[in-house]
Amino acid sequence: MVLQAKNVSFRYKDDGPWILDNVSFEVQEGERIGLRGKSGIGKTTLCRLLAGYEKPTSGEVLLDGKPVSAIRGYCPVQMIWQHPELAVNPRRRMRTVLEEGDRVSDRTVEGLGIEEAWKERFPTELSGGELQRFCIARALGERTRFLMADEISTMLDLITQSQIWNFLLDEVKKRNLGLVAVSHSDALLERICTRIVEIK
Amino acid sequence: MKTWNRRKSMLLWLVLSLFFLIIITVSGSLFSEAARTTDFSRKNLLPCFRYPFGTDWMGRDMFARTLKGLSMSILIGTLAAGISAVIALILGLCAATLGKRADSVITWVIDLIMGIPHLLLLILISVAVGRGLKGVVIGVAFTHWTSLARLIRAEVLQLKESTYVRIAGKLGKSRWYVAVHHILPHLIPQFAVGLVLMFPHAILHEASVTFLGFGLTSEQPAIGIILSESMKYLVLGKWWLALFPGLALVLTVVLFYLLGENLRRLIDPNSVHE
Repeated sequence: MVLQAKNVSFRYKDDGPWILDNVSFEVQEGERIGLRGKSGIGKTTLCRLLAGYEKPTSGEVLLDGKPVSAIRGYCPVQMIWQHPELAVNPRRRMRTVLEEGDRVSDRTVEGLGIEEAWKERFPTELSGGELQRFCIARALGERTRFLMADEISTMLDLITQSQIWNFLLDEVKKRNLGLVAVSHSDALLERICTRIVEIK
Repeated sequence: MKTWNRRKSMLLWLVLSLFFLIIITVSGSLFSEAARTTDFSRKNLLPCFRYPFGTDWMGRDMFARTLKGLSMSILIGTLAAGISAVIALILGLCAATLGKRADSVITWVIDLIMGIPHLLLLILISVAVGRGLKGVVIGVAFTHWTSLARLIRAEVLQLKESTYVRIAGKLGKSRWYVAVHHILPHLIPQFAVGLVLMFPHAILHEASVTFLGFGLTSEQPAIGIILSESMKYLVLGKWWLALFPGLALVLTVVLFYLLGENLRRLIDPNSVHE
């Protein structure tokens, strides 16, 4: 599978400022790309477009030739968000987050260090790092082929960061997934990515 | 481990208020005969052991009348608030999901109804449909749904755009799954609490519209009727005629409020550990 952005331009409102202007971009399966750029340059927006959360204003985002935003059912491009507390329903127990994913394996759950007791808690009773593990596990469902990781470890301490990334890198390599990682940390991107793209 | 926490006392309050309200309702309907019986040999009695709320100028037992009036008020309030909440739920959902045009029409109607003083509109509707029980119920039901409808509309609009609902879509979940598992858990507490907190409003408005003479007819011992009749006797020093029914009405309203408040806090995940 290949995920392509072809001459993508995007703005949120019809008369708003252009966030992305004529961006072209390609991710192959098994490729790990690091996105780097200043704040507000549109890294997150690019991730949202690639994962099909937004439609490009012009140009197109294609997964094997088909527009990503038009995919019905499980989308093979999954995104992990920067703020895990917004990505889970505050009124449902954490168990349901894992159930929502596409048959998330026990290996994933264990590898991310998710404890059994956390599953019966509500999101408000977990820390950001603990929540983020659930969100990562949810995105690693069986049918996932591409992963957008938008600043997924920014709010974590270094030990947790390395724990999560070590597992994620392992998993991505093992399953030959495509990865797009956004981060401000050059060291992290150089460590995990096969290619780094600077957005200007 | 603490065995007694705030959640348990909330539950206790909830059960207690529910229990009292049920007792009032049931005993009220048992007293319907006693509430009408007149006996001129015992008229204008001060509150005593036998007649805890005293008797009125026709020798009717005020205790029985108050209970009967309250139970009628509760029944009317429940009925009206129930209808009102269902209207609110349907219109709120329609406004949030049926597109821009439906939304602007419903929002306009909400603003229109909210713009008219409650009581005035209530009197107009009640008189228009022929007063009595029907008038009061329809009047209260059609005037009280607005704020809850607005709440539900805003909630659904916000939920629809929330990250976790959009993620669920990308995970291939159907609209039905999202509605049941993501939207509904947020709406049920809003709806239940809105409904319960609507009772006291409905009861007070029922009493006031009846008090003003646009509601129930005077042969029905409603609290509004009792209060408006005893106004005439208040100046004659017969304070017990208005005091006890009035207090009982306030107590009922407070009980409903306690019920709603405790229910809200019990189902809010933020207070799971209190």
